[in-house]
Amino acid sequence: MSKDRTFTIQLDEDLCKGSDCYICVNACPKGVFAEGERITPKGLRPSQVKDPDECIGCEICEFLCPDLGITVEEVGGTERVITSTPKGGATAPASGGWTTVQSSLDPGTHYMIGDEACAEGAIAAGCRFYAGYPITPASEIMVHMAKRLVQTDGVFIQMEDEIGSMAAVIGASWAGIKSMTATAGPGFSLMTENVGYACMTETPCVVVDVQRAGPSTGQASRPASGDVMQAKWGTHGGVEIIALAPWSVQEMYDLTIKAFNLAERFRVPVILLADAVTGHLRESFQVEETMELFDRIKVPGAPPFGSDDESGVPSMPSFGEGEELLITGSTHDRYGVRKTADPVVHERLVKRISKKIIAHMEEITDYELYFEDGAQRVVVAYGSTARSALWAVKAARERGERVGMLRLKSLWPFPGELIRDWGRRCEEFIVPETNLGQISQVVQQHTANPVSLVSQTNGEIMDPRRVRDFLMGRKSH
Amino acid sequence: MGEMLREKYVRQPTPFCAGCGHGIFMNAFLHAADEMGLDFRGTVFVSGIGCGAWVPSPHFRADTLHVTHGRAIAFATGVKLARPELNVVVISGDGDIATIGGNHLIHAARRNVPIKVFCLNNLVYGMTGGQVSATTPQGDITSTTPQGNPERAFDLVALARGAGAPYVARFPVVRARKLTKGIINALRFDQFAFMDVLSLCPTQYGRANRAKLGFEGPSLIWGMLEWQKEVCVNREKAGPEEMNGKILIGEWYAES
Repeated sequence: MSKDRTFTIQLDEDLCKGSDCYICVNACPKGVFAEGERITPKGLRPSQVKDPDECIGCEICEFLCPDLGITVEEVGGTERVITSTPKGGATAPASGGWTTVQSSLDPGTHYMIGDEACAEGAIAAGCRFYAGYPITPASEIMVHMAKRLVQTDGVFIQMEDEIGSMAAVIGASWAGIKSMTATAGPGFSLMTENVGYACMTETPCVVVDVQRAGPSTGQASRPASGDVMQAKWGTHGGVEIIALAPWSVQEMYDLTIKAFNLAERFRVPVILLADAVTGHLRESFQVEETMELFDRIKVPGAPPFGSDDESGVPSMPSFGEGEELLITGSTHDRYGVRKTADPVVHERLVKRISKKIIAHMEEITDYELYFEDGAQRVVVAYGSTARSALWAVKAARERGERVGMLRLKSLWPFPGELIRDWGRRCEEFIVPETNLGQISQVVQQHTANPVSLVSQTNGEIMDPRRVRDFLMGRKSH
Repeated sequence: MGEMLREKYVRQPTPFCAGCGHGIFMNAFLHAADEMGLDFRGTVFVSGIGCGAWVPSPHFRADTLHVTHGRAIAFATGVKLARPELNVVVISGDGDIATIGGNHLIHAARRNVPIKVFCLNNLVYGMTGGQVSATTPQGDITSTTPQGNPERAFDLVALARGAGAPYVARFPVVRARKLTKGIINALRFDQFAFMDVLSLCPTQYGRANRAKLGFEGPSLIWGMLEWQKEVCVNREKAGPEEMNGKILIGEWYAES
């Protein structure tokens, strides 16, 4: 820092925020800077370099400038070369899409509880990251994943809460790994903010909600289906979501695989709405030799948050590929640049992340029909309640009732067209639910026919006799 | 070097207020990153909500993950465990990391997840209008404590150390060179590292406490920077009497 060396000082007036700062003016021990005289079009008065010859090269001005607006260089000193790493990845081939793979479980018959079958479905689907928090009746999924992820070189972590679990799952997904968590009502409530973050950032992941009797702590080990509307509307802002409802151990396995495929296909969080019955029930299920898996589409250099198609699913890069990703839950353009006051960008984004689901309704919707021939009345059921309902429908059929049943395996997006179609063929709908009436209301929105709710909220599996008596009682009147 | 750092690492000018301490941290961080040759391509910056979170996102030319309020460390934990070869760096404010997100901080320290956490501690909620935070000193004025903060503040160094963090540091932005060296040490450290960066908010904290704390000088921010110099003492050089009533700065490595 001796005075036989000379320095040049560059001050970028466009960056300088002027008189409310003037850190450089005050910090310089030699009075090199002075308060500005010129007022810029922005109304700022940037500082000025008054006495560059006085500079001793201490660089305190450069270090303390909050706007990186000052460059001090020694005359005749080493020239600094900018060696910015170029954006990379453009040469890598595109990847993703459907593949047929060998099942990780041995083909044939297996016998386990639904929670374990769910974990096996996740492993089979290629899930290699699990973050969760203990909660009844979902803990067995976590315990089984803790064991299976060790065997498959995956990552397991028990987080400090469900908020952190959902956060870690999203982080892992952007790191390029299929990821999931599982919980029940109280934990699902804690996760919902980050479920919304996953919707907004288009992050594929799977959230299993093994529903129990609520509200609040309720009855921890007892079944219910009280979280159906929460899955749809729980996160603020209001956006379409995909939710599936298994009714058996077989479907705890199959629909978990489907959940991962849908998550990867549409870049969304997919909710698996199980319940304490399907989670804890032990029964046999079949595993096929091969299975179809979808991996997220990756086109290097493509915009990660936009599509020319208004219902399009963008390419999804991962961290570490040189894409300089800008991922944010704030409103963003197709490259992730925040646009927090642009009405056009906001509406386009919110509509596309909903339309990409609605426009692919047929691909997502999954259901089964029973006794549909000549059915004048149609029972609409889902989850473990559908097991009781099917028994009741069979019993009523045996007594000559013209009753059929529609079992919804996918609840969201709601297959309204299916209800409209059946509404033209039948006279009424009956919806048994272990809540105060959630899907029954949605069914009513799609038909002019009468819709009856058979509600049971006692923490027990839906009593099949209750449904049967309802079906028979209607006849006798 | 400012121009070179901008061209190499920064996408766009910051929207921070004039004299923002976060800008000084950003400057020090980029000096540090350049000096140590931090591979931006192999680094993921995670931040939450608030002014501090805006330092990396959308400014740094690297992968950035701008997440929900308070959860940056939990997101970062997922990224790091899934891809251990990536450098995962959390940069966010005291409201985000130490107040709403305090639980994630102590658990990440306990787990010793090898991420780096820089808490830009300006003692206040800046973006939302100067409300009290868990690091606002007792008695200080904020928009939600107009008669002075009745609560005690977290000592983030003690908190992180108590939770088991093997590297903890605290530097004020006014000591930009020390801060830069500390950032290099934290980034090179192979385990969990936490830094309490004493930043400054002239707009919200400075105006509200100017009279009380006597931020004097030709400008408010300069008065605050001078105050930082006064209240901070180096933990290694200061004697017991010099430490009295002061804020200790420096580095604390866990004895292994």
